[in-house]
Amino acid sequence: MNVPDDTRLVLLVATRKGAWLFHGDAGRSTWEIDGPHFLGHIIHHMVLDPRDRRTLLASASTGHLGPTLFRSTDLGRNWREATRPPAFAPVEGDAGRTVSHTFWLTPAHADQPGVWYGGTSPQGLFRSEDGGDTWAPFSCLNEDPDFRRWMGTAQDGTPNGPMLHSITLDPRDPNHLYIAMSGGGVHETTDGGAHFTTLLDGLEVVEGFEGSDPTFHDPHCLRMCPTDPDRLYQQNHCGLYRLDRPSREWRRIGRNMPAEVGDIGFPVVLHPRDPDTLWVFPMDGDSVWPRTSPGGRPAVYRSTDGGERWQRLDAGLPPRQAWWTVKRQAMCADVAAPVGVYFGTTSGELWASRDDGAQWTCIARHLPEIYAVEAALVDVG
Amino acid sequence: MEVLIPTPLRDYTGAARVHADGDTLAAVLADLDRQYPGIRFRLVNEQGRTRPHMRIFVNRQAVFDLAHPLAGDDEVCIVQALSGG
Repeated sequence: MNVPDDTRLVLLVATRKGAWLFHGDAGRSTWEIDGPHFLGHIIHHMVLDPRDRRTLLASASTGHLGPTLFRSTDLGRNWREATRPPAFAPVEGDAGRTVSHTFWLTPAHADQPGVWYGGTSPQGLFRSEDGGDTWAPFSCLNEDPDFRRWMGTAQDGTPNGPMLHSITLDPRDPNHLYIAMSGGGVHETTDGGAHFTTLLDGLEVVEGFEGSDPTFHDPHCLRMCPTDPDRLYQQNHCGLYRLDRPSREWRRIGRNMPAEVGDIGFPVVLHPRDPDTLWVFPMDGDSVWPRTSPGGRPAVYRSTDGGERWQRLDAGLPPRQAWWTVKRQAMCADVAAPVGVYFGTTSGELWASRDDGAQWTCIARHLPEIYAVEAALVDVG
Repeated sequence: MEVLIPTPLRDYTGAARVHADGDTLAAVLADLDRQYPGIRFRLVNEQGRTRPHMRIFVNRQAVFDLAHPLAGDDEVCIVQALSGG
């Protein structure tokens, strides 16, 4: 089985200099390139609404102009700018915050058509109820004194700025959300954002810092199993973890990775049907944190038993002297069987596997630095 | 009055020089946004300050206060620094 009969796969590639769409054939073997869109804009994330398979949202900024969002309802043939992009509340004096860019986009619950969530840099949580045209701050989070303290300042964030990401919805309950902040930890709400609780137990922090303080936690990517919403995986600055709810204790499954590779990285990708199967892309987190493939030998690692054992998957990837890595939004899986796994590199290459990661093929080179890759199904015919 | 638009914002205006009305810089920017929706937020943030790398000149003098008063024959020039890579 490849993709379902009346659908095709499209890869949505967001880069530092624009966006591209790669339309796959039925066998996922050839890809038709559509782009660049927004050449020269920084596209932080581009997501297709799975509820209508037509609406695209793209988060954009430039090095100078303020942030915005673009919307398309015809798969990118025409784009319209959002009427009111995410923005923090105005504040008298110098205490007000300014959205640098929308880093993360998540379509809301299947029963909430047109509702989207957005996570920004610096950390902010926003919601749109009109398909991404107008946005408003969501929940208590943006102005809560505790959250504001945990968010730190620009100096505490990532090289691309502090950010709120991994907005993760429970498909059983639209009021149950997880969010993650770099920095600021992992948080959960069960009442639609009226209250949040921290989920930090078992997570490690950099030596010398206090693990009970969310300020010092840096989750890189949080994912919920599509067929088991009680299972979460997290790639963190300090390792790779699994959480099986209702437990609140993360377990460091990255300890089972080969010691010479380690369990540092940005993305974690989950199987569409099997909660025990996941893929990660380790990077070098030693000394000054090169954030490159360990030893210049890039590889995907896969576990099929929930993180107990790991298998190196590098067939087709450069065997040596390849010093790129994969950012937290730049790796994904499709829903076909065998599963297609995709990643984009900091050096502008787009790689694909049609067989659960066993064999890799480069399907595009020379793109700008890739920030995000999403695999989505679109209707045909 | 006439407002000079920098190239990165001409996707909004379609022209280098456009007309906008207002007795303050804030009012002129509001009029620009009415004519070209979205343009103001690209150069002024939600806290009412011009964004880094964006500069507004009135009669060739840099102006940072959006309450700056304007007369009908003033020349407003929006400029974007082209730093980056």
